[in-house]
Amino acid sequence: MSGLGHGKIQLSGRGVACVRGGREVFSGLDFEAASGEAVAVVGRNGSGKTSLLRLIAGLLVPAGGTIALEGGDAELTLPEQCHYLGHRDALKPALSVAENLSFWADFLGGARGDATESLATVGLEHATHLPAGFLSAGQRRRLSLARLLTVRRPVWLLDEPTNALDVAGQEMFGGLMREHLSRGGMIVAATHAPLGIESRELRIGRAA
Amino acid sequence: MTALFALVRRDIRIALRVGGGALIGVLFFLTVVVLMPFAVGPDLALLSRLGPAILWLGALLASLLTLDRMFMADHEDGSLDLITMSRTPLELACAAKALAHWLAAGLPLIVATPVLGLLLNLDMVATGAVALTLLAGTPALTFTGMIGAALAVTLHRGGLLMAVLVLPLSIPVLIFGVAASQAVIVGPMTFGAPFSILCALSLVSLVIGPFAAAASLRQGLD
Repeated sequence: MSGLGHGKIQLSGRGVACVRGGREVFSGLDFEAASGEAVAVVGRNGSGKTSLLRLIAGLLVPAGGTIALEGGDAELTLPEQCHYLGHRDALKPALSVAENLSFWADFLGGARGDATESLATVGLEHATHLPAGFLSAGQRRRLSLARLLTVRRPVWLLDEPTNALDVAGQEMFGGLMREHLSRGGMIVAATHAPLGIESRELRIGRAA
Repeated sequence: MTALFALVRRDIRIALRVGGGALIGVLFFLTVVVLMPFAVGPDLALLSRLGPAILWLGALLASLLTLDRMFMADHEDGSLDLITMSRTPLELACAAKALAHWLAAGLPLIVATPVLGLLLNLDMVATGAVALTLLAGTPALTFTGMIGAALAVTLHRGGLLMAVLVLPLSIPVLIFGVAASQAVIVGPMTFGAPFSILCALSLVSLVIGPFAAAASLRQGLD
């Protein structure tokens, strides 16, 4: 597999504040992440883990503070260099596995890997022509992971990534994350379960 | 361009598959127009006088029926998040989605018009005029409807709100669409004037729709 085609990158947030529905979720949050590093965002339910990921992805507007990526592609904004893997998997039940994946590859653009190879890596090569509506929760998650592999982006924002994955799937995913980091990528994951790789902990919200 | 083409192709594919919205609109259109002669009665002259209005109303309601799902499905399954994050400007993505919706749901209505014209005792010229005005006017319905669809996602209220928002915007289209068709059948106006205004409405909505929808979607990020 080729590299991501970028140098060292550094993601940093300064004094980030998040307000949802008039309620302050967190404020004054500082965080950093560098190439080859995985950050596990931990905290109790409702402490703002998902909100933090969505702030980085540009899907929420911060109530205060700044989030910036240094050393990435200067032509692109931060969200354009991020992969966001949320609770909702952005799959269309009416389309087949291969059609879902090739749509996102075409639409997201940029450097891309081989879709067939990605499907084989996540263990879905036998189901390429099956409509995504027939997939199990774990298989849907695997298909979402294939998107991360097919479209190359340096920053992975993962929200409870190991949900619904079986033990073999979690091992496979651990391998994928290690490979991504070794190529200079970066992972920010919100998680309750252990991530399965070496990671730095970022605790948000008050201690439970 | 690849990205937009991919988006158009995906939306058309979904619409044409089982459970997609494309057929529902045409079936609704068919039902409204087929039932109308039974309701109005066997007065052929009256029927052909009401014909263009019935066809236009049917097409308007049929396009409203499928419009509210335009962004809702993408919002619910998280696709909208990725579309917002992508390198494609949201305005262009909205325009591509509207184009796909028109191709999958609007164009079949126009294709069905000549057949339905027979049921309403319209002659060839009148049917042609209605089909032509629908061809010019339905893009306006789709592109203004898109604004309502985007607002429906933003405000989490769904279909009813959407109908309330979009109806006033589609009234001018209805007026000039029917006026242009009537001009051909009974006169005394010329066809050109209302038809030009209809085309202008479509062009204006083509420009405003994507920007308004994208602004609404950005505002509603959550």
